[in-house]
Amino acid sequence: MDTIQSILNAMVREAVSPQTAAVAIAVIGLNIHFGFTGLLNIGQSAFMLLGAYGFAISITHGLPLVVAVLIGLAAAFVFALVLGMPTLKLRGDYLAIVTISAAEIIRYVGRSVGYDWLLKLTHGAQGIPGSQYRGPFTDLSPFGDGNTTILSFSYHDVAGGAAWVTILGLLLVAGLIAAMVLASRRLSGRIRPAAIIALSILTLLLVLFLAPVTGQNTGVRGWWFTVVTWVLVGISTVVVLLLVKSPWGRLLKGIREDEDAIRSLGKNVFAIKMQALIIGGLFGALGGIMFVLPATVQPDSMGRSLTFFCYTALLLGGAASIFGPVLGSLLFFVGRAFIISASNAYVPDSVLSTDKTAQFAFVVIGVALMLLVIFRPQGILGDKRELRFNV
Amino acid sequence: MAPTGFGPPRLPGSIHPGAAARRTDLKSRIQGSGLSLRGRGGPARDRTAGSPPTRSWVIGLVGLVATMLLAPLALLLSASPAGAVDVRCTAEPDKSACIASTLRTEAGILAGVTLTLTNEAGDTQSTTTSDTGYWSFKVEQEGKYTITIDESTLPKGLVTAGDVTVVAKFGQTVGALIDTRTGNYDASTSKLDELIQSSASGIRLGLLLALASIGLSLIYGTTGLSNFAHAEQVTLGGMVGYGLINVWSINLYLGGLLVVIICGATGWLQDRVMWQPLRHRGLGLTQLMIVTIGLSLAMQYCFQIFVGARTVRVLVANPSVRKIGPVTLTNQSYVAMGISIVVLAAVGYALLRTRIGRATRAVSDNPALAAASGIDVDKVIRLVWTVAAALAGLSGLLYALVTNGIKWDSGLQILLLLFAAVTLGGLGTAFGALIGSLVIGLVVEISPVLGVPGDFKYATALLMLILLLLVRPQGLLGKAQRVG
Repeated sequence: MDTIQSILNAMVREAVSPQTAAVAIAVIGLNIHFGFTGLLNIGQSAFMLLGAYGFAISITHGLPLVVAVLIGLAAAFVFALVLGMPTLKLRGDYLAIVTISAAEIIRYVGRSVGYDWLLKLTHGAQGIPGSQYRGPFTDLSPFGDGNTTILSFSYHDVAGGAAWVTILGLLLVAGLIAAMVLASRRLSGRIRPAAIIALSILTLLLVLFLAPVTGQNTGVRGWWFTVVTWVLVGISTVVVLLLVKSPWGRLLKGIREDEDAIRSLGKNVFAIKMQALIIGGLFGALGGIMFVLPATVQPDSMGRSLTFFCYTALLLGGAASIFGPVLGSLLFFVGRAFIISASNAYVPDSVLSTDKTAQFAFVVIGVALMLLVIFRPQGILGDKRELRFNV
Repeated sequence: MAPTGFGPPRLPGSIHPGAAARRTDLKSRIQGSGLSLRGRGGPARDRTAGSPPTRSWVIGLVGLVATMLLAPLALLLSASPAGAVDVRCTAEPDKSACIASTLRTEAGILAGVTLTLTNEAGDTQSTTTSDTGYWSFKVEQEGKYTITIDESTLPKGLVTAGDVTVVAKFGQTVGALIDTRTGNYDASTSKLDELIQSSASGIRLGLLLALASIGLSLIYGTTGLSNFAHAEQVTLGGMVGYGLINVWSINLYLGGLLVVIICGATGWLQDRVMWQPLRHRGLGLTQLMIVTIGLSLAMQYCFQIFVGARTVRVLVANPSVRKIGPVTLTNQSYVAMGISIVVLAAVGYALLRTRIGRATRAVSDNPALAAASGIDVDKVIRLVWTVAAALAGLSGLLYALVTNGIKWDSGLQILLLLFAAVTLGGLGTAFGALIGSLVIGLVVEISPVLGVPGDFKYATALLMLILLLLVRPQGLLGKAQRVG
């Protein structure tokens, strides 16, 4: 039972972690590129890295927080322009090749030790430690010091935390998720979103009841970081919702389905694609800034793998859906935490030693990405008809 | 065993300690040319320690059984590394830091030399290098440290460039490179010689890239798929080579042949169980491309699980170098270049002159028309996958031989060069891929000579690709048609 409890705790910790939320923001940006516009951007990590560098370097040079964030976003803006100019008029795979190449160039430059002035800015492969740029953000925290456990009422308080409480709780969670699926299929009209939101909140409370999370209020990875990042996820989702419902959003989908048709309507396809690339890239940069706040700006931790994680999360949740990126990122990181902690606990060391479980999780992720694309390209929330496109 | 004349490293890689342990005669032969290992920092490598024979025997048996179960990946299972003789300095987080390295010249390692460490406050401590040239200092304060060599303890005829300053950080081991060389050593070479030398390396890299990129280009041409997992096929070649030739001690040439056959078989199998069914399902190209990304991710971490994150070598012996004119390369490099040229010529001949080659080009041009004229498109694509994987495997094996080792992400590193080469030459054109590869290889190797810092050399090639797309999006040999 203790093992199950610790696995559960690891999963919930991962779910509320600010880095999960940060990746969710980047995936929301990627959704604008890939899901809505059909742009195959395999360099989302470079947008994140540039945002992070812009932000961190500005702060270490004494600029105020707001300006630093703006500089991070501006770096991504310029990067999107540079990438888009040569490739957006060409066939889709050129964008793919150029974005992945450019992302690598950014990473190479970031970890370079070739020039002194550059090394002073980026600190090479070791990166800029978080303690150098985290200060201004931490100072804004209204939460004060100390620790907080969300939901003071937890499984410990019922029957002394007996095993049946956890099992019953897990069954209830499964029931709630089933109810959510049912609600989304059967209900219609205004009741549907209300029912889904109510059920989600119930599930969240129940999960926190089963695996209470304790954290510092303000420290690294503390509640302040978590709350701000998740609020940003919410804002980004709303922004994307408004964008997609607008006439501009319909143009994006039109370009994805048939570029020539949109062109024949007299629209400037190149300009619209460029706008989509820029907006998605800005979300990427914002995600990057939030990603490094509780960590380090390390170029190698934001390389191709991160982009591939973003794609897995996006396809898992459902490309071209509004909540898909958030759900996908949550499931991705929770699933990874589950694989790692479960195989640490249950797979004997002779089969898979503990230091290799992380690698094993990556293998599972790769295979999952393949199977997802083959058998359920629309993911959990997507619409299959929306994903027939080809670049 | 492996032929002796097979040569080392322009890029020094690590020697796999487990394998090294089995060859007691192995001594590092240090060559006295400009290509030497001179001044390489990093921890000393244990080259002579032996592991208990029973242990490696048991591990070998376990490896054998596992291999049968997990072929061909399990070839990568290896004997465990032998223990080191030097007492290593271990840095504790927030408490201490290590400064360590191996002292050597272009002529060999230096034992029994006294080194002095001075901190910013002027306090000193000193140490003597061990029999393997290893030395280390443990410090309990972060900051700048200066290391000085006691010249009176140096063997005769050696000079040192002077003091070295390093910055120590808690929890880390910092390497310090102390430049020591024989008195008559001349580090300067003429710019022209350097240019010729790196052109030769460039052609070598270009030929190896060409082997892999022709396959990539043929796959793209016949199926329209940008295969991101192609790089892992390259790594697989090197890894299987390591398993067969190093771990299992199969003769180099026989092992090489087996590598090509095994890798070709993986290509055949991939098309049989995955790509052909997916094509018949009508999965879009974008989706297929993401499938290859997933496959590439899964394969990379499989390599990490089976081999680990270290660099492994196909041949353990340090190969000898040969000087032809102004060019100094390892013997392995010359042979690798020769093999590449022969294989590339054979592929070119097959494409241009044989029936199946013509059929391949026809499918590349227009699959529907080719099918209508009686060509079995699926058969051609199956063949293309097989040949492409076999060539990638060969490329990986040769790459591991000439660059002195292969790592789980070696393929990943050259994947972008492959794409750059294929795009540069013109997507889908086999001969374009050849020319593109040579250009990319030359750019990568020559750019450091022209003043680009070494860690930017890959970036230069990618930058060139982006610039070319602005001017000539169809590539050098591509047809000028509307793209997009």
